[in-house]
Amino acid sequence: MPEGRTLVAGRAAGLALVLAEPLSFWGGLDPETGELIDTHHPQRGAVVTDRILVMPSGRGSSSSSYILAEAIRAGTAPAAIVLREADGIVALGAIVARELYGTTIPVGVLDADAFDAIADGALVEVIVGDDVVTMGPPG
Amino acid sequence: MAVELSPRDREMLDGRHGEAVGLAMRILIDMARVWQADRLIDVTSAHVDSCLYHGQAGLDFVEKLLAGQAHVAVPTTLNVSSLDLLHPELIRLDADTASRARRLMDAYVAMGCRPTWTCAPYQLDSRPAFGEHVAWAESNAIVFANSVLGARTNRYGDFIDICAAITGRVPDAGLHLDEHRRGRIVFRLSDDVSDRLLHDEVTPTCIGHIVGKESGTDVPVIVGLPLETGEDRLKALGAAAASSGAVAMFHAVGITPEAPTLEDALGGDGAAREIVVTLDRLRAARDELTTIEGGPISAVSVGTPHMSVDELDLLATSVGRHPPTVPFYANTGRDVSAGAGALTVLADAGVTIVTDTCTYITPILHDVGGPVMTNSAKWAWYAPANLGFDVVFGSMEECVRSASLGRVWRDPDLWGEASDA
Repeated sequence: MPEGRTLVAGRAAGLALVLAEPLSFWGGLDPETGELIDTHHPQRGAVVTDRILVMPSGRGSSSSSYILAEAIRAGTAPAAIVLREADGIVALGAIVARELYGTTIPVGVLDADAFDAIADGALVEVIVGDDVVTMGPPG
Repeated sequence: MAVELSPRDREMLDGRHGEAVGLAMRILIDMARVWQADRLIDVTSAHVDSCLYHGQAGLDFVEKLLAGQAHVAVPTTLNVSSLDLLHPELIRLDADTASRARRLMDAYVAMGCRPTWTCAPYQLDSRPAFGEHVAWAESNAIVFANSVLGARTNRYGDFIDICAAITGRVPDAGLHLDEHRRGRIVFRLSDDVSDRLLHDEVTPTCIGHIVGKESGTDVPVIVGLPLETGEDRLKALGAAAASSGAVAMFHAVGITPEAPTLEDALGGDGAAREIVVTLDRLRAARDELTTIEGGPISAVSVGTPHMSVDELDLLATSVGRHPPTVPFYANTGRDVSAGAGALTVLADAGVTIVTDTCTYITPILHDVGGPVMTNSAKWAWYAPANLGFDVVFGSMEECVRSASLGRVWRDPDLWGEASDA
């Protein structure tokens, strides 16, 4: 069982969307549509909504927490976020959404081997809790 | 890891200082766990980015704070908004969005934040001293505070900035701690970079872009910048690195306060990696920040981050020699512009001064369209997605000459390559 670190606890299932490069939500994600809009990102045009968003780390703007909270409010957010490097600004957006709306998405960190093993498009379930992050086919 | 709370932290968490303070403490403690901090520490000031409107969530948050009697506990400055309150005629936002943006701004002022509306709080007289712990948001301000001032701030994002401001507390983690401020990756300027290029403002900006792309979460150390490299150039470097990457601190050996020597910057540890920055790599950075080959431009925008008094003076001299024939926008802070003698000269030359906001985050250029030329890596990085325009990155002199000609002008002496203009 791959171990990792819990940033925001929770559980979700969906199709993995594995990003090849880090993403700044601000300037990179349209919270009205859930679409990746960063012109520098190789996966521009992908839609994150209801996906298990798997990305190495966040990047750039400190407004990314606001954009994630807004996407959770608007229902365009991913179902969960799995990172290789802990990112406070990503976690913050999910924590604030829980305070405001009583709902949020899990955010976890996986070690590099487990992270690299996730296949884009695979149906996975992610359980983030007690500093154990489990990824695998829905059971 | 458990977070150890002081008696006063516990009072705040329990709601004895009001509901807003309780909410702020819950978020700070959650974030202390995320950052693996074992306690909270005091900050002396805050810089809040949450005042820029990106949707209903920001209003919901601030209205909850206001309903809970929130008021800042430490001096707090405000980042740019989506409105220019001094030049409202420039903004093409729809009335509904403008009114929501204004509600958000007013709410932060009502909590006692200072209406500075600038992304360059380090240009204000209130900036922190070496070693002070602060809670700053806005990626370029964070990197400047840590790197150039030697103040200590973690990479704070929207919402936690105001939580820190109303409690005066932050998790003791990340760049507040010595061990995370040590350099890990060295960028060494190559001998093939000409003296002319080395001493132009475009070089620190291009280095910042490269540093951001290559550093990941490591603190970068730059070796080989001229020792007289000033704050405005370090500002441009940091802003570039915090756009193309997640850099929150850099060292420039012999220049920034925690890096008198390479050994000091590395803190006794060796560097994990070393990258040589060649002329070719600098040219590539320029080209990565440029979406078209050349040709006509519709406008020029400079001042991302906001221009300093010195930069406004230099621009005034430059446009005096080469007046623009296309719209030319200069972004700056209201406090800086109030003390800048160059404003009349700039206005006479046809330069439009934008304050309180920035041309890449709100509709100012929409009647003009693209392509737009800029000397800012941050502007060049974000504008294509935010505005949908083509962008050309160049030195300030290239921007001014291009604005005068109405088409892209490249300085062949600067880049050491034949001009096709």
